[in-house]
Amino acid sequence: MCLGVPGKVIEVRDAVAVVDFWGVRRHVRLDVVDEPVEPGDYILNHVGYAIRRIPIGEIEATLALYEELLARAEAEDDLMAADVRNEMQGTGND
Amino acid sequence: MTDGSGVTRRSPGTPRGLAELKFRDPTRARALSEALAHVVAAIGRAPVSVMHVCGSHEQAIARFGLRAALPRGLNVIMGPGCPVCITDVPEVDEGVALARQGVRIATYGDMLKVPGTVMSLADAQAEGGRVEVVYSVAQAVDLARRCDEPVVFFATGFETTAVATAAAVLRDPPANFFVLSAHKYIPPVMEIVAEMPETRVEGFLAAGHAATITGWGVFEPFVARHRLPVVVAGFEPLDILAGLLKLAELVRDGAADVANMFPRCVTKEGNRRAQEQLWRVFRPIGGKWRGIAHVPNGNLRLRDEWAHLDARRQFDIDLRRLWDHAPPALVDACICGDIMAGIKAPTDCGLFGRECVPHAPVGACMVSSEGTCKIWHQYGGHPDLALPAQGGDGAVCAR
Repeated sequence: MCLGVPGKVIEVRDAVAVVDFWGVRRHVRLDVVDEPVEPGDYILNHVGYAIRRIPIGEIEATLALYEELLARAEAEDDLMAADVRNEMQGTGND
Repeated sequence: MTDGSGVTRRSPGTPRGLAELKFRDPTRARALSEALAHVVAAIGRAPVSVMHVCGSHEQAIARFGLRAALPRGLNVIMGPGCPVCITDVPEVDEGVALARQGVRIATYGDMLKVPGTVMSLADAQAEGGRVEVVYSVAQAVDLARRCDEPVVFFATGFETTAVATAAAVLRDPPANFFVLSAHKYIPPVMEIVAEMPETRVEGFLAAGHAATITGWGVFEPFVARHRLPVVVAGFEPLDILAGLLKLAELVRDGAADVANMFPRCVTKEGNRRAQEQLWRVFRPIGGKWRGIAHVPNGNLRLRDEWAHLDARRQFDIDLRRLWDHAPPALVDACICGDIMAGIKAPTDCGLFGRECVPHAPVGACMVSSEGTCKIWHQYGGHPDLALPAQGGDGAVCAR
């Protein structure tokens, strides 16, 4: 999917960030993101790679879409929410 | 609601998407919807067809019931935006053949059920083939590191996903890691769809996150050649409505331009670091997209420099032995290609919701969460058809 999923950077070790996705922490690779990423930044994760750093002014609107999806999708089999959860699996546990 | 045939149906008057729709800003959503209705009316001919090329756009449109907020004269079609769906049959066959030859395959979960000529990767797995689902190419590399035998990563997806494969290739993967690339590149297929006389698309909505990588400048040559507008839009329901409004305005004005309605995330140049890695590893070549056409420069293959990890060059992939079996009969009736070209809708297909359902898909469009058929099956088809009136007050999101 091309939606990706946003998460908050907790820690950066070389080319890998520990990223928090609504309480779930995963490793995300930083090989392709084109801006420096630091703890506190938000990134958009796609298949385990950060594809961009989310500009500060856009974080709230980005998170809102996902929270809307996740909040109502727990019980039902929702394609978008399933894709978002899949993206949150990341490349490995913290 | 599901009837005996397995078709999801909505009861008239309670379009599910609309009832669930909660815009962050209902006033703005209503204003956008009304403005869109005016612009489409001003175009003065119906229907006006525009196409998006992204499974996530279709998911958001269907999920949030956006078609109920669109004027009747505007037809928003999903084009070839599902990477799993356009992976061609012989490409699946290559993965299946390798798995049956005993090679360990790692691939994205969506690929498992995609039908090949004889069988899917899931079928090969059931027969004892070692097919492993990974979430990321990085996991496939880790898998290769942990074992001594060859691991072939069956790489699918558009440029946004190909960038990850490229990054993995450039980070010295172990010698037993190989790539079977079925990656595709979106801009060339827009040219093909734009030239199909049956499609009559008057403009394109481009996916915001893919354009994050490529930049909106990538669409300029297309716009110049085809004199069709392209609007880059985000995925929030309001972003999509705003993108469609801009696109309708460009159609009304006969303006062949690229408009960037997602400027917070998309620049003209895009992510250069990602592009550099993408094109260092891959080269575009012509190839067939499932059910659509031969797309010049539409396939991404490993450059000669990476021949040592190109599965096509390092393994003898025996397709002839695989093709000795007869193909399944139902596939001939599948209209997946016409659906992805925007010529037909899932509901035009006699198999949709009957022989072809998500747990037993006939065509690729019913397999992936980004496939038009699966999205329509899940969210109940074409939401606006159930509505008696369009574009009037409160047609959007009042709830």
